[in-house]
Amino acid sequence: MRGPARIVGGWGVDATRSVQFSFDGRRMQGFSGDTLASALLANGVRLVGRSFKYHRPRGIVTAGPDEPCALVDVIGAHGREPNQLATTLALFQGLATESQNRRPSLRVDVLAINNLMARFLPAGFYYKTFMAPGWAWERVYEPLIRRAAGLGRLDAIVPAHATPAESVHDHADVLVVGAGAAGLAAAQVLGATGLRVLLADQDTVLGGGTLLDARWTRWRESVCAQLARTAAVRRLPGTTVSGAYGHGVYAAIQTLDPAESAAFGGMRERLRVIRARRVLFANGAHERLIAFPGNDRPGVMLAGAALAYLRRYGVAVGRRPAFFLNNDEAYESVYALTAAGICCAGVIDSRPRSLAADRARDMGIEVHAGAVVEKVYGRHEVRGLGWAARAGGQRHKLEADCLLMSGGYSPATALASQLGAALRWEESIAGFVPELSPDLGQAAGAARGHCGLAAAAHDGRAAARVIAAQLDCAVRVAGADADAEAELPPDPEATPISALWEVRCRGKAFVDLQNDVTAEDVRLASREGYEHVEHMKRYTTHGMGTDQGRSGGLVGSAVLAEARGMPLATVGLSRPRPYSQPVPLAALAGGETGQHFKPKRRLPLHDWHESAGATFVPVGLWLRPLVYARQGGWEPVLAEAGNVRRAVGITDVSTLGKIDVQGPDAARFLDFIYANTFSTLPVGRARYGIMLREDGMLLDDGTTSRLGPQHFLVTTTTANSAAVLEHMEFHLQATCPQFDVVLTDVSEHWAQFAVAGPRAREVVAAVVSAADLCADAFPFMAVAEARIGGIAGRVFRISFSGELAYELAVPARAARAAWVALLEAGKPCGIRPYGLDALNTLRIEKGHVTGAELNGNTSAGDLGFQRLLKRNGDFIGRTLAGRPGLAAPDRLQLVGLRPVDPAGRLRNGTQLIDASERGASLGYVTSSTPAVALDGWVGLALLARGRQRIGTRLLATSPIHDEHTEVEILSPHMLDPENQRVRS
Amino acid sequence: MLRIPCPWCGLRDEIEFRYRGDATAIRPAGDGGVDAFFSYVYERDNRRDWHLEWWLHTGGCRRLLEIERHTLTHEIRSVRDSAEALSARPAAAR
Repeated sequence: MRGPARIVGGWGVDATRSVQFSFDGRRMQGFSGDTLASALLANGVRLVGRSFKYHRPRGIVTAGPDEPCALVDVIGAHGREPNQLATTLALFQGLATESQNRRPSLRVDVLAINNLMARFLPAGFYYKTFMAPGWAWERVYEPLIRRAAGLGRLDAIVPAHATPAESVHDHADVLVVGAGAAGLAAAQVLGATGLRVLLADQDTVLGGGTLLDARWTRWRESVCAQLARTAAVRRLPGTTVSGAYGHGVYAAIQTLDPAESAAFGGMRERLRVIRARRVLFANGAHERLIAFPGNDRPGVMLAGAALAYLRRYGVAVGRRPAFFLNNDEAYESVYALTAAGICCAGVIDSRPRSLAADRARDMGIEVHAGAVVEKVYGRHEVRGLGWAARAGGQRHKLEADCLLMSGGYSPATALASQLGAALRWEESIAGFVPELSPDLGQAAGAARGHCGLAAAAHDGRAAARVIAAQLDCAVRVAGADADAEAELPPDPEATPISALWEVRCRGKAFVDLQNDVTAEDVRLASREGYEHVEHMKRYTTHGMGTDQGRSGGLVGSAVLAEARGMPLATVGLSRPRPYSQPVPLAALAGGETGQHFKPKRRLPLHDWHESAGATFVPVGLWLRPLVYARQGGWEPVLAEAGNVRRAVGITDVSTLGKIDVQGPDAARFLDFIYANTFSTLPVGRARYGIMLREDGMLLDDGTTSRLGPQHFLVTTTTANSAAVLEHMEFHLQATCPQFDVVLTDVSEHWAQFAVAGPRAREVVAAVVSAADLCADAFPFMAVAEARIGGIAGRVFRISFSGELAYELAVPARAARAAWVALLEAGKPCGIRPYGLDALNTLRIEKGHVTGAELNGNTSAGDLGFQRLLKRNGDFIGRTLAGRPGLAAPDRLQLVGLRPVDPAGRLRNGTQLIDASERGASLGYVTSSTPAVALDGWVGLALLARGRQRIGTRLLATSPIHDEHTEVEILSPHMLDPENQRVRS
Repeated sequence: MLRIPCPWCGLRDEIEFRYRGDATAIRPAGDGGVDAFFSYVYERDNRRDWHLEWWLHTGGCRRLLEIERHTLTHEIRSVRDSAEALSARPAAAR
């Protein structure tokens, strides 16, 4: 039998429980506990994908989340999920998978032609080649390249309900990332202090490196059992910490085990937002590849992966493995495979001598010291290799069915780097170690360059003690420590690593297997001026993708350093950003999907509006009645608006922002906040006001009422209520802290209704007690406290519709009683509720502005408010509003308009041009509506030199709708410019 | 994500606050002229250093806080209420 196969039961699989799965349509069998990768290897499957750019055959390289090549599509009930890692995907009954990036099949891939054309496809090829003509990129080149490159494909939008997800928040004193020897030992120490500890590990089983060494089983089991009894320590297996954000905030993705997944409706991932006082990075090291020609051939794997497949899954990755390595640690795989009865083809060790090599020779294994691999034989899988002395000379052929490489171990520094840790070059491990600020936490074990398990456990304990001392927690079990130390199986004596990054020979030597980046690509980047490691990364795509270059990142930097003639310590690594592992978007969204995407604010009268048949529209977070009809169209809107103009209507304006302003300096403060004057406003009167930003542009408008000498009520637009409160709070505290004023947001305290129309007084008079509402006693802009249907409230004689109107405010809890009382009182007058659409129709006719005109780009002058700006006294925006540019005559100014043809229509956003000149846009329509008091459609627009153009004709044009309407420019006050209606 | 130790509410997430910019930018007197206001509104250093800035605790006590944050590391060195911060400044800088 050739190739890999299951030989003995690994501890991680249950050989009594077989699991059926399929890959590219082929049905196979694995065991419970297998990953897809281990099951594929056990079935002799080597070729699992085609590479990103050259479509080269690729196999499984690693046994975990560092995997660059074995990415597959998972075909599920809800569609295809691409780029799933075969090396972490737990096998389950019926799992259906497909290989990626091959056409028509994995073995026969027509685009493998790219590999033959490789000399024409260097880094930056697309940028340099597909240059002209410009239009061709979008229409020809990009679609072709996208078809040819890339990995998985999405064929359906997965429905939101198909992937339930949630996010949870965790709080801890110490987050321990990684539960190997260092992490477990650290958690043990921290647990004894009573500190709250979170111990997260990406693996489904805690133990890390100790899981592959039987000598450590007893220690691991004893520590895990102890931790399980320690209430302050929470263990989170299957949880990958993928982002470190500073201030002790971390993001982790927890993959739910099948039982928990079933209990949570099929939820697979959970986002954990972790807040911790200190972090302890015990997340180990990543084994490195070596760049040599053919290092991407299926069957070339990392040596550590072979050990994992053997011990955990009982899978021998080959029947005749060869090794290419430069460190003693990797010999563990050599010994293990040999001990399992696998005949080792030979070890190529780049070092002249080492203790581990001597031991291997004692076991009868052939070791070629001081040698390197120059060539790999075989097309779809390894058939053999060619090696030669490092100094040069004759090449020897070695027959082998897999090649297990190890270029050493790089500490996992990505998370520490995200926290700003500097990286220090450590020659003894030929790698960078993180220098984390002690205020943030510690790194320990292999994550700090301590390779052996005993060394890591020792280091984990030491780091935990430092943290415990910082957090003022004594370690209570001082006496037990020495015993615990004695229990640790000793690390073997080892000869240090000797750095080996690349074997320069003919053929492609990859530094990034996922993105098809070769050592030569890195040198090309350097030659072409992309010398900085960050530039090289972006030019070649080295270190991008799901694996973030964990196996080859440092190798690429080393090639770059050599090309530039600089020390690797100076060149460094490219800086990683969150996320360091792929994170499903569904997990980030958590439960905030569909109707839970954002909160809804319902009016106090929401139920009444609903029972009255309202259609709602979201305004900000509010749900406001748009129209009291279920069908669309203008007809019901115009009926509501027309009823206001003819008789009387009532509308719910409770969403207006309401800010209660009180204090001895309240009037002075409002004079400063508003562009107009409020200190002269008598008690019992309201005034329309505008406020500017300090840059002179309009911020918001609204009416402000004086309820007492030191008591005002400010109203804001619905959309700006939070922003205006923030603006006022900021300036009260930062700019005029000497003012004795208190601001209170009472927006939700008061429900407020507008009763508008020629018969409004009859309705209000029937409900409001005591107050005399006749025009002289209660004129336009009067304000009074009153009882409304017996409820203590306020009456304002203000109008947004342009009609005689009152706004009535009652505490929100009394909204329904007041509203119903008004409706009852209004019955004889023909009162009807009107919605936001009708409100908009009425205000456009009247020429009142809203957010469409108060759009942040308009000045007071633009909207015709110049006369409101007070002459004397400072106010926010005063100085910069006076800049010449904001008063320039060619600015866009507010105008009204209507189609010349009474049957014509208007559309928001339509550009206004001079029909005779066919020139550039002179402005645009901001609001439009069919009119009720006027004929045809009317609208508002912002128009250059608008006030000068009143009475002229322009063309309102929307080329994308092919609509061109001749319009007449009007004063914005299209209805009742003398304000007779509101004063009647 | 920042976590801000509000003197009134305790350690709170950044999401509860609104950033209100450079706390050393002092609004000129009303008659200060266009140049002074232009500088106050638009001109900001973008230094890699400690930075005094205003944060308004909109989702909490609604107090304006003066926070000293390092623009590179996001470390927060001091937090105090605006009233305390402003009273500690020389009169000319208020």
